[in-house]
Amino acid sequence: MAQRTLTTGGKGAVARVPIDPPARHTGDTADTDVGGSFTLYNGSSGTFLPVKEGNDVMATVKFDQASRIYPGNDTPSVDRLDIDVADGEFLVLVGPSGCGKSTSLRMLAGLEEVNDGKIWIGDRDVTDLSPKDRDVAMVFQNYALYPHMTVADNMGFALKIAGVDKGEIRKRVQEAAGILDLTDYLERKPKALSGGQRQRVAMGRAIVRSPQVFLMDEPLSNLDAKLRVQTRTQIASLQRRLGVTTVYVTHDQIEAMTMGDRIALLKDGILQQCATPREMYDRPNNVFVAGFIGSPAMNLVSVPVTEDGVQFGSHRLHVDRSLLGSSGNEVIVGMRPEDVEVTTNEDGLELIVDVVEELGADAYVYATPANPDIRLEGVGDDALAKPFIARVDGRRVPDKGSKIFVYPNPDHMHVFDKESGARLG
Amino acid sequence: MTANVLGAVPAGIIPEPLLRAESVAGKFFLMFFAIAFFAAVFGLVLFLASLFRGRTGEKWQGVVFVGPTLLLVGIGLVYPAILTINQSFKGRSGEDAYTLSNYTAMFTQPELLLVLRNTALWVILVPLLATSIGLLYAILVDRARGEAFAKALIFLPMAISMVGAGIIWKFVYQYKQTSRPQIGLLNAILKALGFETQQFLINAPLNTFMLIIVMVWIQAGFAMTVLSAAIKAIPDDIIEAAKLDGVQTFKMFRFITLPSIRAALVVVVTTIGIGTLKVFDIVRTMTGGQFDTSVVANEFYVQSFRANAPGLGAALAVLLFVLVVPIVVYNIVQMRKEA
Repeated sequence: MAQRTLTTGGKGAVARVPIDPPARHTGDTADTDVGGSFTLYNGSSGTFLPVKEGNDVMATVKFDQASRIYPGNDTPSVDRLDIDVADGEFLVLVGPSGCGKSTSLRMLAGLEEVNDGKIWIGDRDVTDLSPKDRDVAMVFQNYALYPHMTVADNMGFALKIAGVDKGEIRKRVQEAAGILDLTDYLERKPKALSGGQRQRVAMGRAIVRSPQVFLMDEPLSNLDAKLRVQTRTQIASLQRRLGVTTVYVTHDQIEAMTMGDRIALLKDGILQQCATPREMYDRPNNVFVAGFIGSPAMNLVSVPVTEDGVQFGSHRLHVDRSLLGSSGNEVIVGMRPEDVEVTTNEDGLELIVDVVEELGADAYVYATPANPDIRLEGVGDDALAKPFIARVDGRRVPDKGSKIFVYPNPDHMHVFDKESGARLG
Repeated sequence: MTANVLGAVPAGIIPEPLLRAESVAGKFFLMFFAIAFFAAVFGLVLFLASLFRGRTGEKWQGVVFVGPTLLLVGIGLVYPAILTINQSFKGRSGEDAYTLSNYTAMFTQPELLLVLRNTALWVILVPLLATSIGLLYAILVDRARGEAFAKALIFLPMAISMVGAGIIWKFVYQYKQTSRPQIGLLNAILKALGFETQQFLINAPLNTFMLIIVMVWIQAGFAMTVLSAAIKAIPDDIIEAAKLDGVQTFKMFRFITLPSIRAALVVVVTTIGIGTLKVFDIVRTMTGGQFDTSVVANEFYVQSFRANAPGLGAALAVLLFVLVVPIVVYNIVQMRKEA
């Protein structure tokens, strides 16, 4: 740990630690292996690598071309998934519903059959092991507490089954209850607890076992908004403290961004990108990632290709021709709302302002192209016309209904192939 | 009771042919008349209820709805119950001076003690066996291929009346001398295996157990259906959580399945228990209570209508009532707890 060096400062700090690389690194990601050293990333919060307490076992997790095809389906629900999770890492699986993220987690838990490929925990091939032999603990979306047992019994159940002696169980349950602030509730039944408390019991049940890997399946989705934000931070910091490798499933990209050391974004069972939150945000692999990560979403506009770049409304953007080489006459240009230059000069794409959301320091301008032929690309609800969103200074806000012109900040724009959606350059 | 109710109606309101419907047409007419009469009464109740409005009106509506029910429960259930209890204290004939003789007889006379012992056997064995078999079956067929068919097989006896079941099993137990051709399934099997044929319904105490099997056969389907539904109601994620906690097969049953279906189990055991306490048809059809197989409900019938001892019969009925009430109360308390 002493050799840890920060290659960049501030947010998105990347620490490179010279430890042995796993056999193969994540296939689909854009991160670079430098000189054979394995790269570990911090979360976007800028926190450092996990400080481990005790646990000496290297618990890496590795999906190796793992696939799941449900009987009667033609297309796999999880298609040749390749992810390496480092020891102590917090990996978030995220994606729209039906993307295969929960299935992937359940494959790792042993609750779902792996039809093809392998799954490794540490150096053990767990592909065909039963759940109990995998040494993983799972937090379920609905907590799955045993309704007929007290909180203490719920938390100590796995140890009881494993034949751990009663004194030891009590000690470990007390410890976990202390961490989770559940000491006063140990004798209650789950029915007599609030949603937040139940969620903590579910966490406690996982902690008490001190497993090699924590699996969490949308554990916050049943909490109200305020509690969700609080618990989010608590889980992330608890995980860093315990240093247990964690795979976390959510559909909420904000949760993914705020909690994960790395994020793996899935769509239709296929891994789109696996990278740090910062990298997902700054260099999305394709149009889907670009549209999914970030809130409000990135603006994506189809524009014609010119000799030395692309034509964005009346604004000419220089893009290296070699990047556009194989693409057709059009490419998709993406820009985040904060990277949009807004002007009233006739320079750029002409928009009519629909709504202005005042947030105090900033304001978000929602606008539609004046030329109805120009459609904004995007993920999700295609039936609705996507507005173009720009962040502007809260003190200089355009009027509703007024005409504005926009073009992307050339340093922070993204160009994607129109056909494949893949990132160009 | 019906006769009494009709008797209370002044003569002439119901036309004479309706009271003595003998032709087919007459019977059909009577049926339609009964349905129409029922609809008319219902319409009248609804009409009366609709007359009351507002806050105080709601109370009167309640009275209009509950009133007829209370009245019928009163004359059909409560009044005869009081008469029966009264009669049970009035000696064998039910017409003498007040005495406890019927109750002392019940607990001292050897024949009646045997009846009590038989009833105890029934009430212990039937719920236990029927529930165990039903539970085992429910677990075995759960999510197996052909589950619906397998369940139908064991549920079908529920659709057969106890008298029907009694007759079916009487055939199964049918006795012929070993040398003669057998028509009873069980004795045919015994003979094929080289054993002497048995008088299953005559040899005591074997015969009581043979009758108990019939009740178990009927009730196991009921137990299986209710318990199967309860097992299916256990959330999948709890089962999965238990799997991750290291629980498998037998421990899964012991620590997760069984506690989760506890409430359903209580309902099943008590319901079967109540049904068994009142068992009558099976004994009546198969042995008539002879050969030491009588139970309380059968003895009550025999004493009241055959042995000309309505007082003793009433005392037996009261005993049955006293035994059933605690189970019913427990059952209701359990159901309240769940809700």
